[in-house]
Amino acid sequence: MSLFWRWFWGLVVGVPAAAFVVWGLADNPKLFLTTGMNGLTLAALYFLVASGFTLVFGLMRNVNLAHGSLYLLGAYVGYVVGDRTGSWLMAVAAGFASAALFGLVLQVAVFRFMHGEDLRQTLVTIGLSIMMADILLWIFGGEIYQFDPPRAIYGRTLLPIVEVYPTYRLVLLAMSAAIGVLLWWFLNRTRVGMMIRAGVDDRAMLSAAGVNVQFVFAITFAIGAGLAGFAGVVGGTALSIAPGEDTRYQLASLVVVIVGGMGSVVGAAIGAILIGVAEQFGLAYAPTYSVVFTFVIMALVLAFRPQGILGRRA
Amino acid sequence: MTSLTRRLLWTGVGAAALAAVVAGGAIAQAPAVKIGLLATLEGPFAAGGQDGMRGAELAVKERGGVVAGRKIEIIKASSDAKPDVAVNATRKLVEQDKVDIMVGPLSGSEGIAVKDYSKTQPGITFINGSSGAQATTLQDPSPNFFRFNTEGAQWMVGLGDYAYKTKNYKKMALIAEDYAFPYSQVQGFMTEYCKAGGHVTHKAWVPLGSKDYSSVIAKLPRDVDALLVVLGGADAVNFLTQYEQAGGNKPMVGGSITVDQTVLNFKGKRRESLLGTPSAGPMADSYDGADWKKFVASYKESFKDGFPSPSLFAYVYYINMKATLDGLDAVKGDLSGGQAKYREALKNLKLKTPTGEITLDENRQAIGTTFVTEVAKAADGGFYNKVVKVVPGVNQRLGMSKAEFEKVGLGSRGVPSCP
Amino acid sequence: MSAADWRKAMNAGAGRYAWAGGAAGRRAAARPAAQPSSRGEEAIAGGAAAWARWIARRVRARHLLVLLAVLVYPWVATPFFTFQIGAQALALGLIALSLTFLAGYGGMVSLAQMTVAGIAGYMYAIFATSGTDISLRWPWGLAVVLALVIATICATLIGWFSVRTEGIYTIMITLAIGVAFYYLAQQNYSLFNGFQGFQSVMTPAVAGVELRAPIPFYYLALFWSLAGYFFVSYLLRAPFGVALQGIRDNPRRMSALGFNVTAHRVAAYAVAGVLAAIGGILMVWYNGLVSPGSVGTGWLINILIIAVLGGMRHPIGAFVGAIVFVLLQNFAVDLVGRERFNLLIGGVFLVIVLFSPDGVLGWWTQARQYLRTQLNRGPAAAPTQRRGQ
Repeated sequence: MSLFWRWFWGLVVGVPAAAFVVWGLADNPKLFLTTGMNGLTLAALYFLVASGFTLVFGLMRNVNLAHGSLYLLGAYVGYVVGDRTGSWLMAVAAGFASAALFGLVLQVAVFRFMHGEDLRQTLVTIGLSIMMADILLWIFGGEIYQFDPPRAIYGRTLLPIVEVYPTYRLVLLAMSAAIGVLLWWFLNRTRVGMMIRAGVDDRAMLSAAGVNVQFVFAITFAIGAGLAGFAGVVGGTALSIAPGEDTRYQLASLVVVIVGGMGSVVGAAIGAILIGVAEQFGLAYAPTYSVVFTFVIMALVLAFRPQGILGRRA
Repeated sequence: MTSLTRRLLWTGVGAAALAAVVAGGAIAQAPAVKIGLLATLEGPFAAGGQDGMRGAELAVKERGGVVAGRKIEIIKASSDAKPDVAVNATRKLVEQDKVDIMVGPLSGSEGIAVKDYSKTQPGITFINGSSGAQATTLQDPSPNFFRFNTEGAQWMVGLGDYAYKTKNYKKMALIAEDYAFPYSQVQGFMTEYCKAGGHVTHKAWVPLGSKDYSSVIAKLPRDVDALLVVLGGADAVNFLTQYEQAGGNKPMVGGSITVDQTVLNFKGKRRESLLGTPSAGPMADSYDGADWKKFVASYKESFKDGFPSPSLFAYVYYINMKATLDGLDAVKGDLSGGQAKYREALKNLKLKTPTGEITLDENRQAIGTTFVTEVAKAADGGFYNKVVKVVPGVNQRLGMSKAEFEKVGLGSRGVPSCP
Repeated sequence: MSAADWRKAMNAGAGRYAWAGGAAGRRAAARPAAQPSSRGEEAIAGGAAAWARWIARRVRARHLLVLLAVLVYPWVATPFFTFQIGAQALALGLIALSLTFLAGYGGMVSLAQMTVAGIAGYMYAIFATSGTDISLRWPWGLAVVLALVIATICATLIGWFSVRTEGIYTIMITLAIGVAFYYLAQQNYSLFNGFQGFQSVMTPAVAGVELRAPIPFYYLALFWSLAGYFFVSYLLRAPFGVALQGIRDNPRRMSALGFNVTAHRVAAYAVAGVLAAIGGILMVWYNGLVSPGSVGTGWLINILIIAVLGGMRHPIGAFVGAIVFVLLQNFAVDLVGRERFNLLIGGVFLVIVLFSPDGVLGWWTQARQYLRTQLNRGPAAAPTQRRGQ
């Protein structure tokens, strides 16, 4: 894009945004900043869920529409473990582990044999998501479940201007940032990460270079699924688990990845921030259409930059 | 086979056949009455739908499975809270399984769709399950659709007065989900509250399905006396948690499903902040009427896998099924002549329920009792809803005349309004 | 073997599955098009006699049998089976046909077909008469035309958004667009009447015949389904359809050959949009209502399930899938208890995708293949293995 157009679009988007920020701060700074923080913390949760999705999509071209079900699976398993052992940390670990294991089994037992058939893999994930949603509904019923995290992270914090803010959301933000850094380190500083990045760029070459591609795929799917399960417990603590959460986070992952760009974890972070902030500001300032807001952003990104903000045209 | 054994065999067969004919003849005096039962057994309302079916089954069990000398045959169907699915399921029950009477559905918009369908089947009687939309019987009612339960707006009558006069909440803010059922609940509350002089200065209509109330909470005004919270069980739990964490400390007034058993004693923590929260509904767990206690005991005994106490859905399906069977009793099981006599009987039925008597108005909508409750602590430390006021004879027009009510209209985002 | 035997083998068996010049054998050509376009063009060019010859060559006994069966069906089936099973299957099949056209022949799996159908339904409810005050109560003919036009425009827009990226991405984008419309319909009360939707939508009466009665409605749905089916079959053999299949298999080559790939794809969305819109109007007449639930994620995925269930290789697959789906939906309660319907349908779908990616049609052709090998004598008609199995 030429320099002129970049400036043009920058101004078209930036000026109204800046005007809104100034107005919001002047009108009700507490509300504005609280909403901003809510947006960031929600973005943290979306990032957790979407990063796994984009990893799997980017490397294996597998649109895993059962990602939301993995979230719910991790949440329920984590709940059962947390209930039995009384430890929230165990619940988190169990959520991650169970989803990762399930993802690993899926990849090795099912998807491995459908290599190259993207549509078929997606259809399988759709069927799996329908079945899993019903099985979880059967076992756990339609009630809501809440986690029991340690008191230390579940109270309130005192902050300037905003006054009181839920501690847990700040913890969530910190956790996401940590996971993000960990992921970045994994992808950029380890061998396996290097193979994954190479695979995202060019699958065929990776195989030709003598790498055990199936091993890389299995690891990636396990990590992606595990992230979803982890997010299930962590998100479920903030917002409770119930049937229907799987669809909600599936859609959120979809939109975040479309906006941020497929295959890019940093893109997932940027997309999550955009979507989370938009959703919360929408809820605060224009509640009726707040949900449609996020999709409008997605439509705009698609219209002007179809591969996403940090995506690459394949 | 020897001829002796062959003769024995044929005698045995003959005897068995004779016995079957006699026995069958004895039972087949009157054909079984087929009743279709529809509830949402899929999706998030699944638990409610299951309990609804339990309630209906309890009504059948009370009569020993027989009414007016006819055996009761229940044919179940399920929907997932979508009106088109509900109509398909109803159509299958009516046209394929040939039920005589239809009981259901569970949710509001399904009810309106089934009511429309009932107009195309004038020979079948349709009785409500638990759907509580005002429009079902107020807009374009159907002559063969009967609702023996009070609806969402009626459930809040008495609470407005209580909040203003007894609890002294002069100004309130509203948080409710953005669809028909909360609209009707808010109308039921505000009609009285505004008339008494109260003001609802802020209305936060939260889109269906959003679980993150943090921004809504941030926008709540500081100068209100209490919050009117009309959210379903799961969302109410979320809201309470987030409200507390954001430092909120205003007292609450709850809708009919906001402070039910699942919220008060859920798998987690007890909430001291909920003590004293008033609410209203067609029933109260702790009501000390003898019939109610009997009903609860009977529910607990029949359904070991049910809830600790019958839920709203179980109760409402119970009274509708009871009405169905009581009506059949009144006409001695005679469903002939396009069920005209049966419908007449239903129209004039004075239904005895565990919470009082229910009669029907001219739109075949129930006129019943509403209980105003307050959350209190039991001796064992658990929370329950204590009855503080009983309001009998609540009708669908909320005490207004036909002309008055039509001027105000059905509940919506802007109706009623007293900022 | 003789030349005649060879030709018979090529046309009747393997020929159907070998696509001259195609890429993945799994997504091979449409069944009747052993030699596409040339015959069709010959027929079009040659006038009535050529048409008659073309039909005689192509139409088999089983085609006539099926046609007879669907025409006679309402007279032998109960009103319930005619209306709830037959007509509903035809209307859903039409919507699924639009997806089969887009996905099987265009290579673009769009989960927004039910959205387009829903838009048509909503527009009809808004313009025509219903129990809600928003309805304008215009004449139903006008309402139908307006609904179709608006829905097609929306389909084109959706297509324009979706063609800008790669094939598999389309699923995500169209799903997101579909859900966006669902939320819009649920939240907006001035136009879409929000959560309640439109109830008591009036079905018109034509020349004194109430269209909502089982038999007239069945024939209406049948007429449009047949029209859609023949239209799609024709289109696939016309230059547009062939180009579309070429674009599905190798867009770069087609682009190099001078075809405007994006234009063809968007046009395909528009065509699919028309089909889905007709199906949507039939559905709103069938249900007598339209609500956000009609366009929610459940229904978006159900259409995909129907298309895959039947098989995306041939347009008839959509209708086969719809019949199976509707039968399961209505009679699952007698099999596994209605509560577990989703488990059943998900399981069936999974089994089909894993073991017969061409759905019921795939099994049917395999069965026919098997029978043919058993019945045919000698080595003459040894069919080649279908690739990609």
